[in-house]
Amino acid sequence: MAEKIFFNLIQLLVVMVFSPLIKGIIDRLKEMIQSKRGPSVLQPYRDIWKLFNKDEVVSEQSSWIFRLAPYMCFITPMFVALLIPVLTDYPLFFAFMADMLGGGFILALGGFFATLAAVDTGNPYGPMGASRTRMVGFLAEPVFMIVFFTVSFVAGSTIPYIVQKVWVTPFANFFEPSHVLVMLAFLMLILAESGRIPVDNPSGHFELAMIDESKGLEYSGRGAALMKWGGCMKFFVLLCIFLNVLVTPWGLAGSGSLWEVLVAVPLILIKMFFFIVVLVIIESSLAKLRLYRITEFMGAAFITSVAALLLQLLEIQG
Amino acid sequence: MTQFNALMGGLFILTAFGIVGLRQIIGSLRLFVVQSVLLAGSAFIIGLVHGSIHLFVVAGIVLIVKAFFIPWLLYRVLSHELHARREIAQALDVPTSLLLAAGLTIIAYFIVNPLLNVVSDPFIRINLPVGMAGVLLGAYAIAVRREALPQLLGILTMENGAFFAGVSIAPDLPLLAELAAAFDVLVIALVVGLLTRRIQKQVGTTLVGEMARLKEE
Repeated sequence: MAEKIFFNLIQLLVVMVFSPLIKGIIDRLKEMIQSKRGPSVLQPYRDIWKLFNKDEVVSEQSSWIFRLAPYMCFITPMFVALLIPVLTDYPLFFAFMADMLGGGFILALGGFFATLAAVDTGNPYGPMGASRTRMVGFLAEPVFMIVFFTVSFVAGSTIPYIVQKVWVTPFANFFEPSHVLVMLAFLMLILAESGRIPVDNPSGHFELAMIDESKGLEYSGRGAALMKWGGCMKFFVLLCIFLNVLVTPWGLAGSGSLWEVLVAVPLILIKMFFFIVVLVIIESSLAKLRLYRITEFMGAAFITSVAALLLQLLEIQG
Repeated sequence: MTQFNALMGGLFILTAFGIVGLRQIIGSLRLFVVQSVLLAGSAFIIGLVHGSIHLFVVAGIVLIVKAFFIPWLLYRVLSHELHARREIAQALDVPTSLLLAAGLTIIAYFIVNPLLNVVSDPFIRINLPVGMAGVLLGAYAIAVRREALPQLLGILTMENGAFFAGVSIAPDLPLLAELAAAFDVLVIALVVGLLTRRIQKQVGTTLVGEMARLKEE
Protein backbone atom coordinates (compact mmCIF):
# COMPACT_ATOMS: atom_id res chain seq x y z
CA MET A 1 0.00 0.00 0.00
CA ALA A 2 2.61 2.53 1.10
CA GLU A 3 4.73 1.38 -1.79
CA LYS A 4 1.97 2.08 -4.30
CA ILE A 5 1.43 5.56 -2.92
CA PHE A 6 5.18 6.14 -3.15
CA PHE A 7 5.29 5.00 -6.81
CA ASN A 8 2.33 7.19 -7.57
CA LEU A 9 4.17 10.18 -6.20
CA ILE A 10 7.26 9.29 -8.25
CA GLN A 11 5.01 9.13 -11.30
CA LEU A 12 3.66 12.61 -10.52
CA LEU A 13 7.17 13.92 -9.98
CA VAL A 14 8.34 12.51 -13.32
CA VAL A 15 5.49 14.27 -15.10
CA MET A 16 6.25 17.56 -13.36
CA VAL A 17 9.99 17.46 -13.86
CA PHE A 18 10.30 16.15 -17.39
CA SER A 19 7.38 17.85 -19.14
CA PRO A 20 9.24 21.14 -19.85
CA LEU A 21 12.14 19.06 -21.21
CA ILE A 22 9.84 17.52 -23.84
CA LYS A 23 8.76 20.99 -24.95
CA GLY A 24 12.40 22.09 -25.09
CA ILE A 25 13.34 19.13 -27.26
CA ILE A 26 10.45 19.82 -29.64
CA ASP A 27 11.48 23.46 -30.02
CA ARG A 28 15.11 22.54 -30.57
CA LEU A 29 14.33 19.85 -33.15
CA LYS A 30 12.03 22.16 -35.06
CA GLU A 31 14.71 24.81 -35.34
CA MET A 32 17.24 22.20 -36.34
CA ILE A 33 15.04 21.06 -39.22
CA GLN A 34 14.98 24.68 -40.39
CA SER A 35 18.81 24.53 -40.27
CA LYS A 36 19.10 26.89 -37.31
CA ARG A 37 20.74 26.06 -34.04
CA GLY A 38 17.72 26.73 -31.85
CA PRO A 39 17.38 27.40 -28.13
CA SER A 40 18.80 25.07 -25.51
CA VAL A 41 16.57 22.15 -24.54
CA LEU A 42 16.56 23.60 -21.02
CA GLN A 43 15.06 26.90 -22.15
CA PRO A 44 11.51 26.11 -20.88
CA TYR A 45 12.91 25.52 -17.37
CA ARG A 46 14.65 28.89 -17.48
CA ASP A 47 11.49 30.59 -18.75
CA ILE A 48 9.40 29.10 -15.97
CA TRP A 49 12.02 29.96 -13.35
CA LYS A 50 12.24 33.54 -14.60
CA LEU A 51 8.47 33.96 -14.62
CA PHE A 52 8.18 32.68 -11.06
CA ASN A 53 10.53 35.41 -9.91
CA LYS A 54 8.64 38.23 -11.60
CA ASP A 55 5.80 40.36 -10.32
CA GLU A 56 2.30 39.46 -11.31
CA VAL A 57 0.01 42.09 -12.84
CA VAL A 58 -3.72 41.43 -12.63
CA SER A 59 -6.27 43.61 -14.38
CA GLU A 60 -8.71 45.47 -12.13
CA GLN A 61 -11.59 44.45 -14.40
CA SER A 62 -10.99 40.74 -13.99
CA SER A 63 -12.73 38.53 -11.44
CA TRP A 64 -11.67 35.57 -9.30
CA ILE A 65 -11.87 33.25 -12.32
CA PHE A 66 -8.84 34.95 -13.82
CA ARG A 67 -6.86 34.30 -10.64
CA LEU A 68 -8.08 30.71 -10.23
CA ALA A 69 -7.50 29.57 -13.83
CA PRO A 70 -3.69 29.12 -13.68
CA TYR A 71 -4.02 26.87 -10.66
CA MET A 72 -6.69 24.80 -12.38
CA CYS A 73 -4.52 24.49 -15.51
CA PHE A 74 -1.63 23.41 -13.31
CA ILE A 75 -3.50 20.94 -11.10
CA THR A 76 -5.71 19.08 -13.58
CA PRO A 77 -2.86 17.38 -15.51
CA MET A 78 -1.39 16.33 -12.15
CA PHE A 79 -4.64 14.58 -11.25
CA VAL A 80 -4.69 12.78 -14.59
CA ALA A 81 -1.05 11.77 -14.07
CA LEU A 82 -2.18 9.89 -10.96
CA LEU A 83 -4.69 7.84 -12.97
CA ILE A 84 -2.83 6.73 -16.09
CA PRO A 85 0.05 4.31 -16.64
CA VAL A 86 3.16 6.46 -16.80
CA LEU A 87 5.72 4.11 -15.27
CA THR A 88 3.95 0.91 -14.23
CA ASP A 89 1.70 -1.53 -16.07
CA TYR A 90 -0.40 -2.28 -12.98
CA PRO A 91 -2.77 0.18 -11.31
CA LEU A 92 -1.28 2.30 -8.58
CA PHE A 93 -2.93 3.65 -5.46
CA PHE A 94 -5.06 6.45 -6.94
CA ALA A 95 -5.86 4.69 -10.22
CA PHE A 96 -9.23 3.44 -8.99
CA MET A 97 -10.61 6.98 -8.95
CA ALA A 98 -11.40 7.34 -12.66
CA ASP A 99 -11.12 5.58 -16.01
CA MET A 100 -10.03 7.12 -19.32
CA LEU A 101 -13.26 9.06 -19.73
CA GLY A 102 -12.78 10.50 -16.26
CA GLY A 103 -9.25 11.55 -17.19
CA GLY A 104 -10.61 13.23 -20.32
CA PHE A 105 -13.14 15.15 -18.25
CA ILE A 106 -10.50 16.32 -15.78
CA LEU A 107 -8.30 17.58 -18.62
CA ALA A 108 -11.32 19.30 -20.17
CA LEU A 109 -11.98 21.06 -16.84
CA GLY A 110 -8.59 22.78 -17.02
CA GLY A 111 -9.27 23.83 -20.60
CA PHE A 112 -12.69 25.12 -19.56
CA PHE A 113 -11.21 27.38 -16.89
CA ALA A 114 -8.53 28.67 -19.26
CA THR A 115 -11.26 29.58 -21.74
CA LEU A 116 -13.35 31.32 -19.08
CA ALA A 117 -10.32 33.29 -17.90
CA ALA A 118 -9.59 34.41 -21.47
CA VAL A 119 -13.14 35.77 -21.76
CA ASP A 120 -12.87 37.32 -18.31
CA THR A 121 -10.14 39.81 -19.30
CA GLY A 122 -10.88 42.90 -21.35
CA ASN A 123 -8.32 41.86 -23.95
CA PRO A 124 -10.06 41.57 -27.36
CA TYR A 125 -7.81 38.67 -28.44
CA GLY A 126 -8.75 36.57 -25.43
CA PRO A 127 -12.42 35.89 -26.28
CA MET A 128 -11.49 35.37 -29.93
CA GLY A 129 -8.95 32.70 -29.06
CA ALA A 130 -11.36 31.24 -26.52
CA SER A 131 -14.18 30.84 -29.03
CA ARG A 132 -11.78 29.26 -31.55
CA THR A 133 -10.52 26.83 -28.94
CA ARG A 134 -14.11 25.85 -28.20
CA MET A 135 -14.71 25.31 -31.91
CA VAL A 136 -11.74 22.96 -32.22
CA GLY A 137 -12.81 21.39 -28.93
CA PHE A 138 -16.32 20.52 -29.95
CA LEU A 139 -15.08 19.16 -33.27
CA ALA A 140 -12.61 16.99 -31.38
CA GLU A 141 -15.22 15.75 -28.92
CA PRO A 142 -16.96 13.21 -31.22
CA VAL A 143 -13.59 11.78 -32.27
CA PHE A 144 -12.64 11.43 -28.62
CA MET A 145 -15.90 9.62 -27.92
CA ILE A 146 -15.70 7.23 -30.86
CA VAL A 147 -12.07 6.39 -30.09
CA PHE A 148 -13.05 5.54 -26.52
CA PHE A 149 -16.07 3.53 -27.68
CA THR A 150 -13.85 1.50 -30.01
CA VAL A 151 -11.20 0.97 -27.37
CA SER A 152 -13.69 -0.05 -24.71
CA PHE A 153 -15.56 -2.22 -27.20
CA VAL A 154 -12.39 -4.15 -28.01
CA ALA A 155 -11.05 -4.35 -24.48
CA GLY A 156 -14.38 -4.56 -22.69
CA SER A 157 -13.18 -1.86 -20.34
CA THR A 158 -12.25 1.81 -20.20
CA ILE A 159 -9.53 1.32 -17.58
CA PRO A 160 -6.24 2.15 -19.33
CA TYR A 161 -4.35 -0.63 -17.52
CA ILE A 162 -6.62 -3.28 -19.02
CA VAL A 163 -6.74 -1.70 -22.48
CA GLN A 164 -2.95 -1.62 -22.88
CA LYS A 165 -2.71 -5.36 -22.33
CA VAL A 166 -5.47 -6.27 -24.79
CA TRP A 167 -3.72 -4.62 -27.74
CA VAL A 168 -0.50 -6.60 -27.43
CA THR A 169 -1.47 -10.01 -26.04
CA PRO A 170 -0.89 -11.83 -28.34
CA PHE A 171 1.40 -9.53 -30.29
CA ALA A 172 -0.62 -10.15 -33.48
CA ASN A 173 -3.39 -8.01 -31.99
CA PHE A 174 -1.16 -5.03 -32.58
CA PHE A 175 -1.88 -5.27 -36.32
CA GLU A 176 -5.62 -5.44 -35.88
CA PRO A 177 -6.97 -2.90 -38.41
CA SER A 178 -9.13 -1.17 -35.85
CA HIS A 179 -6.09 -0.70 -33.61
CA VAL A 180 -4.09 0.94 -36.39
CA LEU A 181 -7.00 3.21 -37.29
CA VAL A 182 -7.59 4.15 -33.65
CA MET A 183 -3.91 5.08 -33.38
CA LEU A 184 -4.20 7.29 -36.46
CA ALA A 185 -7.35 8.99 -35.18
CA PHE A 186 -5.80 9.57 -31.76
CA LEU A 187 -2.68 11.04 -33.36
CA MET A 188 -4.83 13.57 -35.23
CA LEU A 189 -6.67 14.25 -31.98
CA ILE A 190 -3.40 14.99 -30.17
CA LEU A 191 -2.38 17.38 -32.94
CA ALA A 192 -5.68 19.24 -32.55
CA GLU A 193 -5.92 19.16 -28.76
CA SER A 194 -2.40 20.40 -28.10
CA GLY A 195 -2.55 23.03 -30.82
CA ARG A 196 0.12 21.64 -33.12
CA ILE A 197 0.62 22.61 -36.72
CA PRO A 198 -2.10 21.53 -39.10
CA VAL A 199 -4.56 23.06 -36.64
CA ASP A 200 -2.65 25.78 -34.83
CA ASN A 201 0.88 27.15 -34.80
CA PRO A 202 2.30 26.89 -31.28
CA SER A 203 5.27 29.15 -32.00
CA GLY A 204 3.37 31.85 -33.88
CA HIS A 205 3.42 35.40 -32.50
CA PHE A 206 0.63 36.91 -34.56
CA GLU A 207 -2.36 37.38 -32.27
CA LEU A 208 -5.03 37.35 -34.98
CA ALA A 209 -4.02 33.89 -36.12
CA MET A 210 -3.68 32.37 -32.66
CA ILE A 211 -5.99 29.69 -31.36
CA ASP A 212 -4.48 28.19 -28.25
CA GLU A 213 -1.81 30.73 -27.31
CA SER A 214 -4.04 33.79 -27.10
CA LYS A 215 -5.74 32.50 -23.97
CA GLY A 216 -2.60 33.05 -21.91
CA LEU A 217 -1.66 36.47 -23.26
CA GLU A 218 -2.89 38.42 -20.23
CA TYR A 219 -0.96 36.42 -17.68
CA SER A 220 2.31 37.55 -16.19
CA GLY A 221 4.62 36.40 -13.43
CA ARG A 222 3.49 33.39 -11.46
CA GLY A 223 0.24 33.00 -13.40
CA ALA A 224 2.08 32.79 -16.71
CA ALA A 225 4.58 30.29 -15.27
CA LEU A 226 1.80 28.04 -13.98
CA MET A 227 -0.10 28.23 -17.30
CA LYS A 228 3.05 27.37 -19.21
CA TRP A 229 4.04 24.51 -16.94
CA GLY A 230 0.47 23.22 -16.92
CA GLY A 231 0.40 23.27 -20.71
CA CYS A 232 3.63 21.24 -20.84
CA MET A 233 2.23 18.71 -18.36
CA LYS A 234 -1.01 18.37 -20.30
CA PHE A 235 0.96 17.55 -23.44
CA PHE A 236 3.12 15.08 -21.50
CA VAL A 237 0.04 13.36 -20.08
CA LEU A 238 -1.59 13.10 -23.51
CA LEU A 239 1.61 11.57 -24.88
CA CYS A 240 1.66 9.10 -22.00
CA ILE A 241 -1.89 8.00 -22.76
CA PHE A 242 -1.13 7.70 -26.46
CA LEU A 243 2.18 5.85 -26.12
CA ASN A 244 1.63 3.73 -23.04
CA VAL A 245 -1.95 2.73 -23.69
CA LEU A 246 -2.28 2.62 -27.46
CA VAL A 247 1.04 2.43 -29.29
CA THR A 248 3.94 1.00 -27.28
CA PRO A 249 2.82 -0.48 -23.95
CA TRP A 250 6.25 -2.04 -23.42
CA GLY A 251 9.02 -1.05 -21.08
CA LEU A 252 6.78 -0.36 -18.11
CA ALA A 253 7.56 -1.65 -14.66
CA GLY A 254 5.78 -4.95 -14.11
CA SER A 255 6.66 -5.87 -10.55
CA GLY A 256 6.77 -3.75 -7.44
CA SER A 257 10.51 -3.18 -7.21
CA LEU A 258 11.80 0.38 -7.03
CA TRP A 259 14.63 -0.41 -9.42
CA GLU A 260 12.24 -1.34 -12.24
CA VAL A 261 10.20 1.81 -11.72
CA LEU A 262 13.34 3.91 -11.97
CA VAL A 263 14.41 2.11 -15.16
CA ALA A 264 10.99 2.84 -16.64
CA VAL A 265 11.69 6.59 -16.48
CA PRO A 266 14.39 6.74 -19.18
CA LEU A 267 12.43 4.20 -21.24
CA ILE A 268 9.32 6.40 -21.38
CA LEU A 269 11.51 9.38 -22.24
CA ILE A 270 13.12 7.45 -25.10
CA LYS A 271 9.69 6.43 -26.42
CA MET A 272 8.59 10.05 -26.26
CA PHE A 273 11.72 11.18 -28.04
CA PHE A 274 10.97 8.90 -30.99
CA PHE A 275 7.39 10.06 -31.10
CA ILE A 276 8.51 13.69 -30.94
CA VAL A 277 10.78 13.18 -33.96
CA VAL A 278 7.73 11.94 -35.88
CA LEU A 279 5.69 14.87 -34.59
CA VAL A 280 8.30 17.41 -35.61
CA ILE A 281 8.49 15.90 -39.09
CA ILE A 282 4.70 16.16 -39.40
CA GLU A 283 4.78 19.74 -38.17
CA SER A 284 7.62 20.79 -40.43
CA SER A 285 6.18 19.27 -43.58
CA LEU A 286 2.63 20.59 -43.30
CA ALA A 287 1.18 24.08 -43.49
CA LYS A 288 -1.28 25.45 -40.98
CA LEU A 289 -4.86 25.00 -42.13
CA ARG A 290 -7.26 27.88 -42.58
CA LEU A 291 -9.71 28.16 -39.70
CA TYR A 292 -12.67 26.72 -41.60
CA ARG A 293 -10.57 23.88 -42.96
CA ILE A 294 -10.12 22.57 -39.44
CA THR A 295 -13.62 21.12 -39.79
CA GLU A 296 -12.32 18.94 -42.60
CA PHE A 297 -9.25 17.86 -40.67
CA MET A 298 -11.38 16.84 -37.71
CA GLY A 299 -13.88 15.28 -40.13
CA ALA A 300 -11.05 13.10 -41.43
CA ALA A 301 -10.12 12.15 -37.87
CA PHE A 302 -13.76 11.37 -37.14
CA ILE A 303 -14.15 9.18 -40.20
CA THR A 304 -10.94 7.34 -39.31
CA SER A 305 -12.26 6.55 -35.84
CA VAL A 306 -15.68 5.60 -37.24
CA ALA A 307 -13.97 3.28 -39.72
CA ALA A 308 -12.14 1.67 -36.79
CA LEU A 309 -15.44 1.14 -34.99
CA LEU A 310 -17.10 -0.17 -38.17
CA LEU A 311 -14.34 -2.69 -38.84
CA GLN A 312 -14.71 -3.90 -35.28
CA LEU A 313 -18.50 -4.10 -35.50
CA LEU A 314 -18.46 -5.83 -38.87
CA GLU A 315 -15.96 -8.38 -37.58
CA ILE A 316 -13.31 -7.54 -40.15
CA GLN A 317 -10.40 -8.74 -38.08
CA GLY A 318 -7.79 -11.38 -38.13
CA MET B 1 -1.29 -13.78 -41.78
CA THR B 2 -5.01 -13.06 -41.57
CA GLN B 3 -4.06 -10.21 -39.27
CA PHE B 4 -1.94 -8.57 -41.94
CA ASN B 5 -4.63 -9.16 -44.52
CA ALA B 6 -7.16 -7.51 -42.21
CA LEU B 7 -4.79 -4.59 -41.82
CA MET B 8 -4.55 -4.27 -45.60
CA GLY B 9 -8.35 -4.29 -45.69
CA GLY B 10 -8.68 -1.61 -43.03
CA LEU B 11 -6.18 0.68 -44.70
CA PHE B 12 -7.82 -0.04 -48.07
CA ILE B 13 -11.12 1.33 -46.77
CA LEU B 14 -9.29 4.33 -45.32
CA THR B 15 -7.67 5.16 -48.68
CA ALA B 16 -11.06 4.80 -50.37
CA PHE B 17 -12.45 7.34 -47.89
CA GLY B 18 -9.51 9.57 -48.73
CA ILE B 19 -10.21 9.36 -52.45
CA VAL B 20 -13.80 10.42 -51.73
CA GLY B 21 -12.90 13.22 -49.35
CA LEU B 22 -9.47 14.65 -50.10
CA ARG B 23 -9.32 18.16 -51.53
CA GLN B 24 -6.08 18.01 -53.49
CA ILE B 25 -5.99 16.17 -56.79
CA ILE B 26 -2.36 15.17 -56.35
CA GLY B 27 -3.11 13.82 -52.86
CA SER B 28 -5.92 11.68 -54.25
CA LEU B 29 -3.58 10.30 -56.88
CA ARG B 30 -0.98 9.41 -54.24
CA LEU B 31 -3.66 7.72 -52.14
CA PHE B 32 -4.64 5.70 -55.18
CA VAL B 33 -1.04 4.50 -55.45
CA VAL B 34 -1.09 3.49 -51.78
CA GLN B 35 -4.39 1.71 -52.33
CA SER B 36 -2.99 -0.26 -55.25
CA VAL B 37 0.03 -1.26 -53.16
CA LEU B 38 -2.35 -2.48 -50.44
CA LEU B 39 -4.29 -4.48 -53.04
CA ALA B 40 -1.06 -6.06 -54.25
CA GLY B 41 -0.12 -6.82 -50.66
CA SER B 42 -3.42 -8.55 -50.00
CA ALA B 43 -3.09 -10.59 -53.20
CA PHE B 44 0.44 -11.53 -52.18
CA ILE B 45 -0.62 -12.66 -48.71
CA ILE B 46 -3.52 -14.75 -50.02
CA GLY B 47 -1.24 -16.21 -52.66
CA LEU B 48 1.25 -17.14 -49.98
CA VAL B 49 -1.39 -18.92 -47.89
CA HIS B 50 -3.12 -20.72 -50.76
CA GLY B 51 0.17 -21.44 -52.49
CA SER B 52 -1.20 -20.01 -55.70
CA ILE B 53 1.29 -18.70 -58.21
CA HIS B 54 -1.46 -16.86 -60.06
CA LEU B 55 -1.95 -14.44 -57.21
CA PHE B 56 1.75 -13.54 -57.15
CA VAL B 57 1.47 -12.64 -60.82
CA VAL B 58 -1.67 -10.64 -60.05
CA ALA B 59 0.18 -8.76 -57.32
CA GLY B 60 3.01 -8.05 -59.76
CA ILE B 61 0.66 -6.82 -62.47
CA VAL B 62 -1.18 -4.58 -60.01
CA LEU B 63 2.07 -3.11 -58.76
CA ILE B 64 3.42 -2.41 -62.22
CA VAL B 65 0.25 -1.16 -63.86
CA LYS B 66 -1.56 0.62 -61.06
CA ALA B 67 1.12 1.72 -58.65
CA PHE B 68 3.56 2.76 -61.32
CA PHE B 69 2.27 2.98 -64.87
CA ILE B 70 -1.09 4.74 -64.44
CA PRO B 71 0.22 7.46 -62.10
CA TRP B 72 3.17 8.01 -64.41
CA LEU B 73 0.80 8.28 -67.37
CA LEU B 74 -1.43 10.77 -65.58
CA TYR B 75 1.58 12.81 -64.51
CA ARG B 76 2.71 12.92 -68.11
CA VAL B 77 -0.63 13.76 -69.68
CA LEU B 78 -2.04 16.05 -67.02
CA SER B 79 0.89 17.49 -65.14
CA HIS B 80 -0.46 21.03 -65.41
CA GLU B 81 -3.86 19.92 -64.18
CA LEU B 82 -2.29 18.09 -61.23
CA HIS B 83 -0.10 20.90 -60.04
CA ALA B 84 -1.95 24.08 -60.92
CA ARG B 85 -5.42 23.21 -59.71
CA ARG B 86 -5.16 22.44 -56.04
CA GLU B 87 -8.76 22.05 -54.97
CA ILE B 88 -11.40 19.73 -56.32
CA ALA B 89 -14.94 21.02 -56.81
CA GLN B 90 -17.51 18.81 -55.13
CA ALA B 91 -21.27 18.51 -55.14
CA LEU B 92 -21.35 18.17 -51.34
CA ASP B 93 -18.98 19.56 -48.75
CA VAL B 94 -16.28 17.27 -47.42
CA PRO B 95 -17.68 16.28 -43.98
CA THR B 96 -21.11 15.49 -45.45
CA SER B 97 -19.72 13.34 -48.20
CA LEU B 98 -17.48 11.51 -45.72
CA LEU B 99 -20.45 10.74 -43.49
CA LEU B 100 -22.40 9.38 -46.46
CA ALA B 101 -19.35 7.33 -47.38
CA ALA B 102 -19.35 5.78 -43.89
CA GLY B 103 -23.02 4.88 -44.44
CA LEU B 104 -22.14 3.26 -47.77
CA THR B 105 -19.58 1.07 -46.02
CA ILE B 106 -22.26 -0.30 -43.72
CA ILE B 107 -24.54 -0.91 -46.71
CA ALA B 108 -21.70 -2.78 -48.43
CA TYR B 109 -21.41 -5.07 -45.45
CA PHE B 110 -25.13 -5.84 -45.42
CA ILE B 111 -25.09 -6.55 -49.15
CA VAL B 112 -22.43 -9.23 -48.79
CA ASN B 113 -23.68 -10.55 -45.46
CA PRO B 114 -25.83 -13.39 -46.96
CA LEU B 115 -22.75 -14.62 -48.81
CA LEU B 116 -20.61 -14.44 -45.70
CA ASN B 117 -22.97 -16.80 -43.90
CA VAL B 118 -22.12 -19.50 -46.44
CA VAL B 119 -18.33 -19.25 -46.54
CA SER B 120 -15.94 -19.81 -43.70
CA ASP B 121 -12.63 -18.87 -45.32
CA PRO B 122 -11.26 -16.01 -43.18
CA PHE B 123 -9.80 -14.24 -46.21
CA ILE B 124 -13.16 -14.08 -47.96
CA ARG B 125 -14.77 -12.79 -44.78
CA ILE B 126 -12.33 -9.86 -44.81
CA ASN B 127 -11.89 -9.18 -48.50
CA LEU B 128 -15.46 -9.45 -49.72
CA PRO B 129 -17.02 -6.66 -47.62
CA VAL B 130 -13.95 -4.45 -48.02
CA GLY B 131 -13.91 -4.94 -51.78
CA MET B 132 -17.64 -4.27 -52.00
CA ALA B 133 -17.16 -1.09 -49.96
CA GLY B 134 -14.39 -0.10 -52.38
CA VAL B 135 -16.73 -0.55 -55.35
CA LEU B 136 -19.50 1.50 -53.73
CA LEU B 137 -17.15 4.24 -52.54
CA GLY B 138 -15.61 4.50 -56.02
CA ALA B 139 -19.05 4.88 -57.59
CA TYR B 140 -19.89 7.46 -54.95
CA ALA B 141 -16.70 9.38 -55.72
CA ILE B 142 -17.71 9.53 -59.38
CA ALA B 143 -21.11 10.89 -58.39
CA VAL B 144 -19.94 13.48 -55.91
CA ARG B 145 -16.82 14.85 -57.60
CA ARG B 146 -17.25 17.39 -60.35
CA GLU B 147 -13.95 17.04 -62.15
CA ALA B 148 -12.62 14.64 -64.70
CA LEU B 149 -9.49 13.36 -63.02
CA PRO B 150 -11.04 12.63 -59.59
CA GLN B 151 -13.86 10.86 -61.41
CA LEU B 152 -11.27 8.73 -63.18
CA LEU B 153 -9.78 7.92 -59.78
CA GLY B 154 -13.30 6.89 -58.73
CA ILE B 155 -13.47 4.41 -61.60
CA LEU B 156 -10.07 3.04 -60.70
CA THR B 157 -11.13 2.69 -57.06
CA MET B 158 -14.16 0.66 -58.15
CA GLU B 159 -11.84 -1.53 -60.16
CA ASN B 160 -9.49 -1.93 -57.19
CA GLY B 161 -12.43 -2.87 -54.98
CA ALA B 162 -13.59 -5.51 -57.44
CA PHE B 163 -10.08 -6.96 -57.56
CA PHE B 164 -9.80 -6.87 -53.77
CA ALA B 165 -12.91 -9.03 -53.49
CA GLY B 166 -11.88 -11.11 -56.51
CA VAL B 167 -8.49 -12.28 -55.30
CA SER B 168 -10.07 -13.90 -52.26
CA ILE B 169 -13.02 -15.55 -54.03
CA ALA B 170 -11.16 -16.98 -56.99
CA PRO B 171 -7.51 -17.61 -56.15
CA ASP B 172 -7.09 -19.52 -59.41
CA LEU B 173 -8.58 -17.05 -61.82
CA PRO B 174 -7.14 -17.56 -65.32
CA LEU B 175 -4.24 -15.25 -65.85
CA LEU B 176 -5.72 -14.09 -69.13
CA ALA B 177 -8.60 -12.43 -67.29
CA GLU B 178 -6.23 -10.59 -64.98
CA LEU B 179 -4.09 -9.41 -67.88
CA ALA B 180 -7.13 -8.28 -69.82
CA ALA B 181 -8.46 -6.37 -66.83
CA ALA B 182 -5.11 -4.69 -66.23
CA PHE B 183 -4.83 -3.51 -69.82
CA ASP B 184 -8.45 -2.46 -69.79
CA VAL B 185 -7.76 -0.17 -66.86
CA LEU B 186 -4.67 1.18 -68.53
CA VAL B 187 -6.60 2.02 -71.68
CA ILE B 188 -9.38 3.65 -69.63
CA ALA B 189 -6.84 5.81 -67.82
CA LEU B 190 -5.15 6.79 -71.07
CA VAL B 191 -8.41 7.62 -72.87
CA VAL B 192 -9.86 9.62 -69.98
CA GLY B 193 -6.55 11.38 -69.48
CA LEU B 194 -6.29 12.42 -73.13
CA LEU B 195 -9.96 13.38 -73.24
CA THR B 196 -9.49 15.52 -70.16
CA ARG B 197 -6.54 17.27 -71.70
CA ARG B 198 -8.60 17.88 -74.84
CA ILE B 199 -11.49 19.28 -72.79
CA GLN B 200 -9.14 21.52 -70.91
CA LYS B 201 -7.65 22.87 -74.10
CA GLN B 202 -11.07 23.58 -75.60
CA VAL B 203 -12.99 24.91 -72.61
CA GLY B 204 -10.22 25.93 -70.26
CA THR B 205 -11.44 23.86 -67.35
CA THR B 206 -12.00 20.26 -66.36
CA LEU B 207 -15.08 20.95 -64.28
CA VAL B 208 -17.13 18.40 -66.16
CA GLY B 209 -19.91 18.78 -63.61
CA GLU B 210 -20.57 22.26 -64.95
CA MET B 211 -20.97 21.13 -68.55
CA ALA B 212 -24.67 20.77 -68.92
CA ARG B 213 -24.92 20.51 -72.68
CA LEU B 214 -22.73 20.07 -75.71
CA LYS B 215 -21.64 23.20 -77.46
CA GLU B 216 -21.35 23.80 -81.18
CA GLU B 217 -19.33 26.51 -82.76
